[in-house]
Amino acid sequence: MASTTTSINKQVSLHVPKHFTKVLVIGVILLALCVLASLVFGSRVVRWNDIIDGLFHPNAESFEASIVHKRISRTVFGLFCGAALGVSGSLMQAVTRNPIADPSILGVNTGASLFVVCGIAFLQISTASQYIWLALVGAMLTAIFVYGIGSMGRGGATPLKLVLAGAATSAALSSLVSAIMIPRSYVMDQFRFWQVGSVGAGNWDVVGTFAPFLIVGIVLAFVTAPALNALALGDEVATGLGVRTGTLRLLAAVAGVLLCGATTALAGPIGFIGLLATHVMRLVLGPDLRFVIPMSALSGAIVLTLSDVIGRVVGSPGELEVGVVTAFVGAPILILIAMKAKVRSL
Amino acid sequence: MTTNTIAYIIEGRRVRQRRWIVVTSILAVLSVVLCCAMLMLGNKNYPVQDVLRALTGEKIKGVSFAVNTIRLPRMLAGLMAGFAFGIAGHTFQTMLRNPLANPNVIGITSGSGAAAVFCITMLHASDTVISIASVIAGLVTTIIIYLLSNNGRSFSIGRLILIGIGIQAMLDAVISYLMLKSAQYDLPVVMRWLSGSLNGSKMNELPPLVITIVIFAPIIIMLGKHLSILELGEQSATSLGVNTNKTRIALIVSAVIMISIATSITGPIAFVAFLSGPIAKRLVGAGFSGAIPAGLVGVILVLASDLIGQFAFETRFPVGIITGILGAPYLIYLLIRMNRKGDL
Repeated sequence: MASTTTSINKQVSLHVPKHFTKVLVIGVILLALCVLASLVFGSRVVRWNDIIDGLFHPNAESFEASIVHKRISRTVFGLFCGAALGVSGSLMQAVTRNPIADPSILGVNTGASLFVVCGIAFLQISTASQYIWLALVGAMLTAIFVYGIGSMGRGGATPLKLVLAGAATSAALSSLVSAIMIPRSYVMDQFRFWQVGSVGAGNWDVVGTFAPFLIVGIVLAFVTAPALNALALGDEVATGLGVRTGTLRLLAAVAGVLLCGATTALAGPIGFIGLLATHVMRLVLGPDLRFVIPMSALSGAIVLTLSDVIGRVVGSPGELEVGVVTAFVGAPILILIAMKAKVRSL
Repeated sequence: MTTNTIAYIIEGRRVRQRRWIVVTSILAVLSVVLCCAMLMLGNKNYPVQDVLRALTGEKIKGVSFAVNTIRLPRMLAGLMAGFAFGIAGHTFQTMLRNPLANPNVIGITSGSGAAAVFCITMLHASDTVISIASVIAGLVTTIIIYLLSNNGRSFSIGRLILIGIGIQAMLDAVISYLMLKSAQYDLPVVMRWLSGSLNGSKMNELPPLVITIVIFAPIIIMLGKHLSILELGEQSATSLGVNTNKTRIALIVSAVIMISIATSITGPIAFVAFLSGPIAKRLVGAGFSGAIPAGLVGVILVLASDLIGQFAFETRFPVGIITGILGAPYLIYLLIRMNRKGDL
């Protein structure tokens, strides 16, 4: 893999997209604002000096400071999840060469859910580090299944075929999830917290469990990005440029599923982030994945943190799951893509 | 030669007509059997004569209450909702010439659902208001999807389905939000909106559904002939003298109203609207209106699934979960077949 990457890098000089610096600066500022908002807002609005207290005096024992402590770990977890989902969306779209590939649309979230429910019901598992492996297996199998159905027949995996295959599979799997859950109240009880978990469950332990997956996934994404650019030109051209397309697809897909599967395992199903983040970044920066992938991580983190804040404000005194908010924010992107697409390419 | 051909065509038509009649009668008989089973089976099973006596108003201890207050409304709700889902689903599928273009898939059911959940949890509205609101929301959703998929460019079913799925995701988010905001004691009612269920159907909820079916089912059945011409495509239909726009609007409005009212009473019973049409078409074959067979298949699906959900397992499952588990593999099979043939 490394040799193909360097050879591509030599051929294609690093041409920085026109708006890159502007987008980067705006993105970082937005991210900082979102993080700040995430610390301030919630069922209880915290004053500035308490935030500073909580941030810089880890031993402060006031009520507000402890709220801020909780919100810090939650915010970090949200940032990680958003980045993971953003990168995962970019990778899946590149691998399937399809603008609407997203973990939620491919049914990967529901696949992970089903495996976690089965684990709780039949294997009596209960810790996050056990969920994560089951969720990964479920996500992987579902992704392969959906892509397999969607790419049958003439024209390969068109957006329409993929969406329908994903929707059908999701519907089937969620019926199974309900069927397993209804007779077992203890599963329902445990699963409810997982399903509704959102990023609210994020404490430092969860962040620690998540970090290795995030790092491996993102490193893989960066390593494969240049070769994925060649893949966008078509399999024949890519092979001609010295890319081993099979290995590349596999590596990128593994990275994508690793990122979204781990996120789903720890945060519950969160949809449409990858779609939204990647689509916006590709609109602004153009198709070069070496820039789109890192910026999707940034925009994914922004969207997720912002959605989490919105969910806490709108759902107050409780909170609205972040997945609900992202569906509402992200689904219009799907509609926009469908409206702009040419009839032929659907 | 010509006479031979004509005789051949007439003969073929007769064969198909006979097949239609036979299949439809079998479906009708099956529906009736399932209706009786719904009344007779339960925690305690009652023989036919007891059920009949209870239905005619005779007071029998235990039987009267179980049959008249619990099983009869449940059976009627399933019967009518199944019929409505079947006919309406068939109408959409035939008109849009794609089995996947179906109210469940393109978000119309979610539109009605969101309105109904809003009325239940936020306004505590009466049944009439809930029905009216869900119909209006269903129609508005349909119009929005149609306008979005039609903006100045050539109309395509694929675009409509994709947009519908996007709209559905948004509406489902609205439903989740409403459920989060609702009070604890509203939750059982609202839970219906997750999977569709006949549990707790009451007699006084049923009149809107009865009225809707009496008015709109005949309209769809009468327009059935035009529908099969529409299936040939816009241009052929116009040249055969069908006013495509008027027919299409009448059909869409009738189908949406039926779906919305049925949904407001039983919730979105998964896959019934989607499955009935293709199954009926398979059984009946081409050439004759599939509306009535599709409605009957819908009835059979709902009632049979409800019986399975009630009695086949230790736990009672709501009907929507059974239809979901039965329907999803068929949907995937259909997708595989359509992809192979290159229909999508």
